[in-house]
Amino acid sequence: MLSRLVLRAAPAALRALPPPVAVGVLHTTRPLHTTQQSLAPVPPLPEKGGEVRHGLIPEEFFQFLYPKTGVTGPYMLGTGLLLYLLSKEIYVINHETAAAACILTVIIYGIKKFGPDVAAFADKLNEEKVASALAMKNEAIQTLQTAIEEEKKEQWRAEGRSYLFDAKRNNIAMLLETNYRERLLMVYNEVKKRLDYQVAMQNLKRQKEQDHMIQWVEKNVVQSITPQQQKESIAKCILDLKALSKSAHAAV
Amino acid sequence: LPVAVLLKDTKLMDVKLGQLGTWLAMRDFTPGGILGAMRRGYMRYYNKYINVRKGGLGGISMVLAGYIVLSYMWSYSHVKHDRRRKYH
Repeated sequence: MLSRLVLRAAPAALRALPPPVAVGVLHTTRPLHTTQQSLAPVPPLPEKGGEVRHGLIPEEFFQFLYPKTGVTGPYMLGTGLLLYLLSKEIYVINHETAAAACILTVIIYGIKKFGPDVAAFADKLNEEKVASALAMKNEAIQTLQTAIEEEKKEQWRAEGRSYLFDAKRNNIAMLLETNYRERLLMVYNEVKKRLDYQVAMQNLKRQKEQDHMIQWVEKNVVQSITPQQQKESIAKCILDLKALSKSAHAAV
Repeated sequence: LPVAVLLKDTKLMDVKLGQLGTWLAMRDFTPGGILGAMRRGYMRYYNKYINVRKGGLGGISMVLAGYIVLSYMWSYSHVKHDRRRKYH
């Protein structure tokens, strides 16, 4: 694509320079076609193509002959050439000529009548293509912009990481504290259990000793009450009871 | 100041008439060279008349006219027999 610009710019630039320099400058413009960087910023398409007169002959031909022959030069050349071809019968008139004439008439009539409409339609198609490509480009640019903003936001978020770490540190400290206290409580409970056990053991022992001693004393006392003592004590009790009953009778 | 360019690299329109023979002999006639020349010619024509925003009729009509002329030249030996006069 750049070749077109170079091809158009180089002759114009060269015509401006004096001839001995033009030959040298041409050499430096040549390598522009072949390097890779020439593709990067693509130049836009030209609006119109090369001028063509009567649909057949490029305008450059008329410009080429203009200095020497003026405006009518190429037409005179065309007429002379045509007459020469016809008179020497290099172009032979036969049935094909008639067919060609009819076909050309129809074609030219069709072009003159429907040309602009077809051109407008083609332009519309082109416009749609270009518009869709442009829309894609804009959309891509837009997505990249939003991506950039998102990235900046993420970077801002990443700055808050110190707060996050502080909170996490606090959490961990609390966990450690809780754990420590739990274990402390457990130790206390275990020690208390063991001490309680010892205390209970002592109490039980003393109580058992007491009970045993009481029982032993009672048993020995009961054993020591011999049958004779028992008779004596029973007789005494009966005497006492009689005395008491007498006093009770008297009272009544 | 740029160095004078070799005859090999000048364009056809800048070659003097006397140098034409040497210039023609210096051109690249390998198959790769011929292919490159054809490609360049094609790209020149294409980029000038067809690869534009508002292309006109001239782009294809010149190609068709060239085809008509070429086919007439190829069939001339056959058309010769339809001539009206034998001597011109």
